[in-house]
Amino acid sequence: MTAPVKLLYFAWLREKAGVGEEDVQPPTTVATVAQLIDWLEAQGGGRAEAFADRKVVRVAVNQEYVSLNHPVTAGDEVAFFPPVTGG
Amino acid sequence: MIRVQTEDFDLGAELKALTAGNHGIGGLCSFVGLVRDMAGGEAIGAMTLEHYPGMTEKELARIEAEAQARWPLDATLIIHRYGRLEPGDQIVLVAAASAHREAAFEACHFLIDFLKTKAPFWKLEGTPGGGQWVDARDSDDAATARWTQAPGKAAE
Repeated sequence: MTAPVKLLYFAWLREKAGVGEEDVQPPTTVATVAQLIDWLEAQGGGRAEAFADRKVVRVAVNQEYVSLNHPVTAGDEVAFFPPVTGG
Repeated sequence: MIRVQTEDFDLGAELKALTAGNHGIGGLCSFVGLVRDMAGGEAIGAMTLEHYPGMTEKELARIEAEAQARWPLDATLIIHRYGRLEPGDQIVLVAAASAHREAAFEACHFLIDFLKTKAPFWKLEGTPGGGQWVDARDSDDAATARWTQAPGKAAE
């Protein structure tokens, strides 16, 4: 990938990851959301803890809900958050 | 119309503005969500609502468009607050107006059900034991699923 991928974390995922927003440059082998999470877990910090229970992690790519096998490309905005609790 | 804001809203003024000038509207239904002072038997001092600026507005607009596609609506309104809120404060307002009451009632119910499971907001409750992120409820998912299992109720 050339342009970075912008990551956003919300609610308790932000607290566990220890970061709210970051630009990352994953290797070219990272092609999907699931592969991006695998790679992030290996980057240290609180990320492994944040992603420990993937069933409760919701993902949006460019502000639309996607599944874990959705592609990720350079320049994307990828957000990770728990199930929503508004209203 | 979609608004995401920290400030409070005046229900009467909002509903009056929503229907102003449209005398084809025969029914207006609204729902207001309030902050409770108890959660799971624990007292809540205040809560903080976090959201995802940008996606929140897009998701609310998608929900509103879906309601307008399903029912013959003259006007819809979603206002959702974020930031620090105290027990008794208004959190959310949804309203739907139509020529007849069935569409207004059903669209209003649909809007709040979908908002609760799709719009990217998260509640952090302040309890005596510290801040506690609110867990999503299965009953909210079930409420949303109802609308996909039985579409076109308004046509019955």
